[in-house]
Amino acid sequence: MTEPAQRLIGKTGKTANALELRDLSVAYRVGGRNRAVLRNLNLSIGQGEAYGLVGESGCGKSTVALSVVRYLPRNGSITGGAIALDGQDVMKLDAEALRRARAESVSMVYQDPGKALNPSIRIGRQLTEIFELAGISGQAAEDRTIAMLNRVRISDPASVMQRYPHQLSGGMQQRVAIAMALANDPSMLILDEPTTGLDATVEAEVLDLIAQLRQELSASILFISHNLAVIANMCDRVGVLYAGMLVEEGPTDAVFNDPRHPYTVALLRCLPRGGQRKDQGRLDTIPGFLPGIGADIKGCAFADRCALATERCRTEPPPLYDLADDRGRRLSRCHYHEQAQSLPRATPYNVALPSRQAASPAVLRVEGLNKTYGSHGHLLRAVKDISVSLRPGETLGLVGESGSGKTTFARLLLGLVPPDEGGMIELEGKALAPRLESRSDEQVKAMQIVFQNPDSALNRSHSIRHLISRALKRLAGLSGAALEARLNDLVRSVRLTERHLAVKPRQLSGGLKQRVAIARAFAGDPRIVVCDEPTSALDVSVQAAILNLLADLQSKEDVSYIFISHDLGVVRYLSDRIAVLYLGRIMELGPSEDVFAGPHHPYTEALLSAVPKLDQAETARIRLDGEIPSATNPPSGCVFHTRCPRKIGPVCETQEPPLNEAEPGHSIRCHILYAELARLQNKVVQPEPA
Amino acid sequence: MVFLGGQVLPGNVGRAILGPFADQRAVDALNHSLGVDRPLLTQYGSWIWNFVQGDMGTSYIFRSPVAPFVIDALGNSMKLAAVAFVLVVPIGIFGGVIAALNLNRPLDRIISLGGLSVTVLPEFVTGIILILIFGVWLRWLPISAAWPRDAGFFTQLYYLILPSLPLFLVLFGYIARMARSGMIEALDSDYTRTAVLKGLPWRTVIWRHVLRNALLPTITVIATQTGYLIGGLVVIETLFRYQGIGSLIFTAARGKDFPVLEAGILTIGIVYAVATLAADFLYSVLNPRIRLGTDQ
Amino acid sequence: MSATDSSATIPAPAPNDANRRGPLAEVFFSLLRSGTFLTGLAIVMFWVACALFGEHFAPYDPLADDIINALAPPSAEHWFGTDQIGRDVFSRVIVGSRDILTVAPLATLLATIAGTALGLFTGYFRGIVDDIISRILEAFMAIPVVIVALLAIVALGTSKTTVIVVIGLSFAPIIARTVRAAVLAERQLDYVAAAQLRHESALHTMFVEILPNVIPPILVETTVRLGYAIFAVATLSFMGFGIQPPSPDWGLSISSNYGMIGGGFWWTVLFDAIAIASLVIGVNLAADGVHGAFND
Ligand SMILES: Nc1ncnc2c1ncn2[C@@H]1O[C@H](COP(=O)(O)OP(=O)(O)OP(=O)(O)O)[C@@H](O)[C@H]1O
Ligand code: SF4
Ligand code: SF4
Ligand SMILES: [Mg+2]
Repeated sequence: MTEPAQRLIGKTGKTANALELRDLSVAYRVGGRNRAVLRNLNLSIGQGEAYGLVGESGCGKSTVALSVVRYLPRNGSITGGAIALDGQDVMKLDAEALRRARAESVSMVYQDPGKALNPSIRIGRQLTEIFELAGISGQAAEDRTIAMLNRVRISDPASVMQRYPHQLSGGMQQRVAIAMALANDPSMLILDEPTTGLDATVEAEVLDLIAQLRQELSASILFISHNLAVIANMCDRVGVLYAGMLVEEGPTDAVFNDPRHPYTVALLRCLPRGGQRKDQGRLDTIPGFLPGIGADIKGCAFADRCALATERCRTEPPPLYDLADDRGRRLSRCHYHEQAQSLPRATPYNVALPSRQAASPAVLRVEGLNKTYGSHGHLLRAVKDISVSLRPGETLGLVGESGSGKTTFARLLLGLVPPDEGGMIELEGKALAPRLESRSDEQVKAMQIVFQNPDSALNRSHSIRHLISRALKRLAGLSGAALEARLNDLVRSVRLTERHLAVKPRQLSGGLKQRVAIARAFAGDPRIVVCDEPTSALDVSVQAAILNLLADLQSKEDVSYIFISHDLGVVRYLSDRIAVLYLGRIMELGPSEDVFAGPHHPYTEALLSAVPKLDQAETARIRLDGEIPSATNPPSGCVFHTRCPRKIGPVCETQEPPLNEAEPGHSIRCHILYAELARLQNKVVQPEPA
Repeated sequence: MVFLGGQVLPGNVGRAILGPFADQRAVDALNHSLGVDRPLLTQYGSWIWNFVQGDMGTSYIFRSPVAPFVIDALGNSMKLAAVAFVLVVPIGIFGGVIAALNLNRPLDRIISLGGLSVTVLPEFVTGIILILIFGVWLRWLPISAAWPRDAGFFTQLYYLILPSLPLFLVLFGYIARMARSGMIEALDSDYTRTAVLKGLPWRTVIWRHVLRNALLPTITVIATQTGYLIGGLVVIETLFRYQGIGSLIFTAARGKDFPVLEAGILTIGIVYAVATLAADFLYSVLNPRIRLGTDQ
Repeated sequence: MSATDSSATIPAPAPNDANRRGPLAEVFFSLLRSGTFLTGLAIVMFWVACALFGEHFAPYDPLADDIINALAPPSAEHWFGTDQIGRDVFSRVIVGSRDILTVAPLATLLATIAGTALGLFTGYFRGIVDDIISRILEAFMAIPVVIVALLAIVALGTSKTTVIVVIGLSFAPIIARTVRAAVLAERQLDYVAAAQLRHESALHTMFVEILPNVIPPILVETTVRLGYAIFAVATLSFMGFGIQPPSPDWGLSISSNYGMIGGGFWWTVLFDAIAIASLVIGVNLAADGVHGAFND
């Protein structure tokens, strides 16, 4: 499938690359100064090729995309180089020619489809206007629109055409956006994080759709993502962008399996892969930060963060070395590319294994917890009948898609929202009052939280010192010298330094802020810390460091975690047991390894197969269709029956299955018997390891 | 509320009208004949009941029914307000749209800063300056709004130009500013990017995709300006000696003529409520998100 | 073409110049770079200087009448002419800023304090109390300031204090609305939940956690309100409900002289009008600068 990259520019239409960037430089004007974002970027995408662009947040990926369509932000400008689409120089086009190019040859899809569609125009109209541009109008345009919507697998397109964007789910909106992008049969399709922010099962569907459309259509694709696994599954070639420069490029499998640049090597090591778990070793991390925009880069842009860096790296900018091998053209911008894989780890691998007492009594017991919200006259059952328990030093992972009730459950535990009458929360054997105000100080400090978004969780008016000391004062009851001493300990244990104490949160990076939040949560020696997606706003390199920190703190303090995440790899790394939630119900609950290894609940099975993986070749995939139903109007019987690929019959629609304990400690909410699930999923039921 | 305003005013109504030197018996008699010595709630109930039947009570000062005054005055004020509104809404929106389309260029600066400057000037100040220029020096326009008897539509309009201008100026800056920021937000939005990248001509992008979303908030805001407009009318009608609801209230307040004051203010309240309702209605008609709700 | 990439993220946070300064310092520096703000400030400072030291450089006593020279047009002797009883208009204009520059800022201060307190409480506690108070405030805001003032002044009589209280209390709901909106937004943020998870008191959460974060919108709203307070004081004085004779206040002067502009005595009102205009525009330019600095 991979074509040899064609380096011929400006020749006849046939041989020209679909997209060719030559020495492209782009700058944003900030504070009266032009700051470089893209630096002499060279990149070419062959006809029909899918090219992936990966890199950390802020490395300039979107800027590449916006330059190609000449739609940079107001303060952005192309300061040098050339962009050619099908051999045509985009920068020389006048307004009308540019409009025609956009209408005929290049399309773009971006993140957040909800914003990309015009809120006050019907879907149908937003599509027909594209056909009208091409001179097709009236009924013909409508027919083409219906055909296009069918093509992106939207059922009942006629009714969808009558709707407004807000009446569609996120996945549907993104399909419509893709339909709009493909309506003019472009030769170049740019996808900028098209599935970021969508739920795992929805993301899988959209990715499948894009893969299928690639077969049907001739478009070349520039696929931008921060998610290496997505790129691995979607693209022929991949380029790794760092500080606005390409640092490595090559065929996808070659780059991901045999990286030749220390940055790529390090990125790949940050991901919890192949079922790695916290007791098997720490993830690797990348120290330091991406250079800010406009940074003055002398030698290698990665030198500050690279363990292989030498004096030469700091002074002599490495060129893009050509490492052509039999698998296709490879490029690496590293003086020592042949040693890249010997990059020393930034974080040691070994861990002190916690001594786990098996039979200690539960620190937390939850029995029959429910939460119903009233919303516009409907009842929304955010959490339904959840019972779990947590042992000291244990991590319970909660996974589920949006609306599954993860965060609500966390807030119920903490007392931030009161549960419905009847449920029970017990902390160290004593019942907890439903409301935070009625809990004792002891109880409050025993259970703390690390929120998803540190910008929201840390008061931006206060210094880091104030934030942590206040927690120590209120939660640990310390003051004076004792407080100072403990403050220093705490700060060191989350790997911050004295230097960070004087500043305000906004002066710290996302990862550092999250460390402050963790320090604050640990101020009162909590028994339980709820972690609500603590790494979802962070880049993978930073995520790894935070996960390591949480694992270290746990083995040191013997604290229990309730760890919420939609990222299965992350949950698997940290959790001892896992609860899979769907529409407020626990669908499956069991030891982490059992839940992952199966036999699992049909929903878990689908969820696992939806996640794009770096290492595995595509196995037979299970795809869910249909939307995640609304919690205000959940399906009758088994709430999963509308999407369940293993549905056995009417019983699923009428009778809600109980959460059956299939093996000791492993429960599944499904009418299918455990042994039958095992057979269907080709799993051998193993006796529980002692 | 308005009614209570009238009730907590100093001590008692009779005393207020007759002044501090009147004989107490005279005050009592007047109070009784006006009905103000009955319990507050009874008074309030009967007042509201009468009001909805079109009987707004009797003026303390003129000793004649209030309703005709109020209705006449309201009609006059509406004419004045209508002239200002009809001019300012399209021109203000146009100014804001043009400013946004020329963002940070000289034209934008002129419209924005000019709009800001005129919008903050008290009406009597612009009124005085305009009277001096157009009425006294150039003698193009009459300096009083009181048109001759039997004046036709165009003559009335002619007399209303000058009084409506200060209102126009205040509203112009306000509306232009709203329209401008709505436009900027819409121009910067992802859906506008989508429209441009579809290859639609710039005109189509603006007319079909930008304007409607940009002007929605402006429309609501325009209706909330009814409240302001009424305050402005009090001043303008006084300055131009125009028999509107504003000057009626002003005179009533000076003369402590509470039935007129109450009726006038309640009328304003109703006008305000109707205008707000109309704005809400318009907004929901134009905004599918409210009209249709989310059906998932 | 214009667009902003809304998907763009904040750059990776290697500390740079902009980050080294605190947010308030940054606002301060950007104010110093704002032409709008500096122009506005210069105008306002000019009038403040006149209010403080006006007597010393006014050529005449602003209150001294001189009937023989009444209504003299501008001349070398009387730059701005004289009024009906021969007082020097130039001197009166210079000293005339004093009352308005006392009353308006005090009213704004009152409004800011009352509005901030109300907004903090309603926004923090939400629920029924908030609903009720908000409804009342909304109803209150529907009535134009001029009319509230009219009623209050009829009830309480005219004095500077009344004017301050009336304007302060009429503006308080507007500031309360801004503060409440900001507080509601803050309340959603997790740091408030974090404070609850430390069992902090409501007062601590309101004043130590939330208040510092809503200072910027309060400051912006306060400067804008100051402009409107000047607007309102001038208007009330013009209507005879504000500052009382014999003060050389501008609105008051216009009110006592505008009856004669038909006779061509333009100098008795024009300079006062221009003075009001310049002060109001000055304050609003400065307010616009502050708004811009906080919203960069
Ligand atoms: N309009 C702008 N003005 C100034 N700086 C900007 C602007 N837009 C983007 N930047 C900065 O330019 C750099 C590159 O931005 P860009 O959006 O291209 O990155 P990205 O790789 O797409 O990041 P992400 O993964 O977060 O989407 C970032 O540091 C970003 O903060
Ligand atoms: S050139 Fe040097 S600093 Fe840069 S990546 Fe290679 S080894 Fe590291
Ligand atoms: S009960 Fe039926 S619908 Fe539900 S998960 Fe099991 S098989 Fe699927
Ligand atoms: Mg991006």
